[in-house]
Amino acid sequence: MSTFPISIPRPVHPTGIWNWVTTIDHKRIGILYGVTAFLMFLSGGVEAILMRVQLAGPELDIVSAAVYNQLFTMHGTTMIFLAVMPLSAAFFNFVIPLQIGARDVAFPRLNAFSYWTFLAGALMLKLSWIGGATDAGWFGYAPLTSVAQNPGTGIDFWIISLQILGVASLAAAFNFIVTIINMRAPGMTMMRLPLFTWMSFITAILLVLAFPVITVALIELTFDRYFMFNFFNVANGGSVVLWQHLFWVFGHPEVYILILPAMGIVSEVIPVFSKKPLFGYKTVVLAGAIIAFMGWMVWSHHMFTVGLGAVANAVFTVTTMLIAVPTGIKVFNWLGTIWGGSIRFTTPMLYSLGFIAMFLIGGISGVMHAVSASDAQQQDTYFIPAHLHYVLFGGAIMAILSGIFYWFPKYSGKMFNERQGKISFWLLMIGQNVTFFPMHFVGLDGMPRRIYTYAGNMGWDFWNGVATGGVLILLIGFLLVMDNIGRHWKNGEPAPPDPWDGRTLEWSIPSPPPEYNFEEIPIVRGLDDWWATKQGDSYKEIPASGGSGENGHNIHLPQPSYWPFVSAAGLFIAAYGVVFNDLLIPWGLAAIGLTIGFVGVYAWSLEPVNDPEEDSTH
Amino acid sequence: MAQEHAAPIHGEDEGTTTGLNHRKMLMWAFLGSDCMFFGSLIATYLVYQGKSLEGPLPIDVFDIPVTSISTFVLLMSSMSMVLAYSALTKNNMKGFRIWMISTAIMGSTFIGFQVYEFSSFATHHVEIDCVNPGELTKYEQHIFDDGCSSGEAHAESHEGLKPQTNLFGTTFYTLTGFHGAHVTLGVVWLLSLLLLSFKKGVITPEKNLDVDLAALYWHFVDVVWIVIFTVVYLFGVFPGF
Repeated sequence: MSTFPISIPRPVHPTGIWNWVTTIDHKRIGILYGVTAFLMFLSGGVEAILMRVQLAGPELDIVSAAVYNQLFTMHGTTMIFLAVMPLSAAFFNFVIPLQIGARDVAFPRLNAFSYWTFLAGALMLKLSWIGGATDAGWFGYAPLTSVAQNPGTGIDFWIISLQILGVASLAAAFNFIVTIINMRAPGMTMMRLPLFTWMSFITAILLVLAFPVITVALIELTFDRYFMFNFFNVANGGSVVLWQHLFWVFGHPEVYILILPAMGIVSEVIPVFSKKPLFGYKTVVLAGAIIAFMGWMVWSHHMFTVGLGAVANAVFTVTTMLIAVPTGIKVFNWLGTIWGGSIRFTTPMLYSLGFIAMFLIGGISGVMHAVSASDAQQQDTYFIPAHLHYVLFGGAIMAILSGIFYWFPKYSGKMFNERQGKISFWLLMIGQNVTFFPMHFVGLDGMPRRIYTYAGNMGWDFWNGVATGGVLILLIGFLLVMDNIGRHWKNGEPAPPDPWDGRTLEWSIPSPPPEYNFEEIPIVRGLDDWWATKQGDSYKEIPASGGSGENGHNIHLPQPSYWPFVSAAGLFIAAYGVVFNDLLIPWGLAAIGLTIGFVGVYAWSLEPVNDPEEDSTH
Repeated sequence: MAQEHAAPIHGEDEGTTTGLNHRKMLMWAFLGSDCMFFGSLIATYLVYQGKSLEGPLPIDVFDIPVTSISTFVLLMSSMSMVLAYSALTKNNMKGFRIWMISTAIMGSTFIGFQVYEFSSFATHHVEIDCVNPGELTKYEQHIFDDGCSSGEAHAESHEGLKPQTNLFGTTFYTLTGFHGAHVTLGVVWLLSLLLLSFKKGVITPEKNLDVDLAALYWHFVDVVWIVIFTVVYLFGVFPGF
């Protein structure tokens, strides 16, 4: 580090907490992502429990209307941006390099930066509970977010933390696009990529294209709030519908950002536990790509009741129904994979099967409100939370749990308790249906979403009570999951390298993988190469020496670095400076934070990946 | 093998799957993302075009000849950037530095024009002769109607165009301001590379990737300006478009 004026020695062999702060190992970053996101998931769960308790009976007064508004807004924002997205990112980090036969990601330090930035955004959002969190709903419709309607700092925290989370997501997405295109092992052609990697690749492209749109929408809102611009100021001719368009042009691809990695996980788990190759690999890949493409053409179905006109509503009805086709293709491919397979009902397999069933119900209710006339009856009723929880909880979370158990032996090096896993699966399966299915009934019965209480004579109290009971079952289920994972991560039986008889490359290396992943870079000769290798096909034996010809001792990995953490910390300080811009000197804190961030990025760009003196082969 | 040096930083692109350098691919992905960024800002501008409740409007404030000059300077800076890169690959370090300075100067000139433009719009001052007003725009007509009703000699307005004035101001300053920020960042980047080139072995004819990436960014920012100049300035003043 001689090029940078400030001479700080590089963290060459850090220990303890510095080991984690400066790590740029994709596996450790994956674990950091996963643990943080799971904690955020729990915090979103606590918010959900409080809401359900408030709605357990008519006219309860456990939380106030104001707090209730904050609860549902924070619950939605948390689950989408702080739980499901980063849980998927945890799998991207841990699994993708292993699946494509690489030793790390293309930009290890950018990867660390992405995690620390995510943490900064997450803390920022969650700390906004002190002093009043955002309460305008997770899609923050104008003019609820205007200074006149909402003068507190809650909205500011929401805006700024979403911007920071956007930086984190973009950094990760750039990284994984380059990694997947450019770091595949020899012979790993695009059409030999494991399905999870394929779906992650498509997700990363969606992220890169969708996030700038919300960035612009949030910038416009920021300027309206801080500098009295007119973007959403109706008095000066501004249009609140513009916010809705910008938000959903981002928001609908975002839905696929949440669900495509989940579909990828399911497409990994089902073939392994059916002992069959995935039925119609190419079709599943293509269906994923078509979903991503068509995901850009359906955003106005969130706005059917705005009054865009009959033509717009008709067009978006048709495109929305069309997008069910590639999704249906995938479901049939999964069923075709299971058909005639020798099925093992392990915990990950159960979760994947649960995903198919629950996602199907969510998909069917989705097609119901794809019809704009029908949607006019369902808009803003509990039918919508019912639908979206079937696709996001029954869909995304079930698939993520499937992934958590499927790769548990790989990332922890231990085995979990299968019996406990199955019990927790059934608890969650029953719990979610008890919780979310009654929402269909009260929704069709006219109960609006986002109300903090309701009158006793509306006929909604029975099913609301049932839904609240379901949350308790879910709570017990999740406590069992956490106990299973936490206890066995520490004291479980050591896991063999390939406990499931897997098909993809991550199962060809020890559990947990060594820091350098592959002692020899594998040469890939076909789809499901590891499976074929185990079957002993003569032309598919493990290469004696892979591409590198090096042994484990000489593999030099990129070295740890302070700068990603410093840059993210600068962003965090700057973000606080924007919210509290009148502290002491106007914008002083923001300037300090930006300076720290700038120094961090500058030092980072001048820091070599490996210090020459540490580098024996260059 | 790419796996040996997980992130080649000095511009070697051997050993990646596609033969393309990691960082170059990242740059292209970033530019794709930035397209959506400017796309959203331009879309906002177009949605609000002609929706301002009061003036000044594009026709009142734009000075096409002046902006044409700054546009020309920015376009020429792209040529200068190409020459800088070309000189570097031919191991002409002196030429490289001269063209880098020239690119940075032209970029700064463009920013200077933008600062001038912003401040002159913000202080836009209208004075109308009530007796012989000549041809008036809608905004000027409005001032004429307000100020000449009771027999004064002149009507005037010092309101100017601020971001808060109307939708045009809001969308115009945001869109062009973010473009200006991109150019400013580009100038800082170019000057950093220029300084680095005095350190031995950092930027050489073989290790030209840093300059290559900066050039890509610079050309992109240029192309965005061509769209902005056409859509905002030309369409704003020549309604026939």
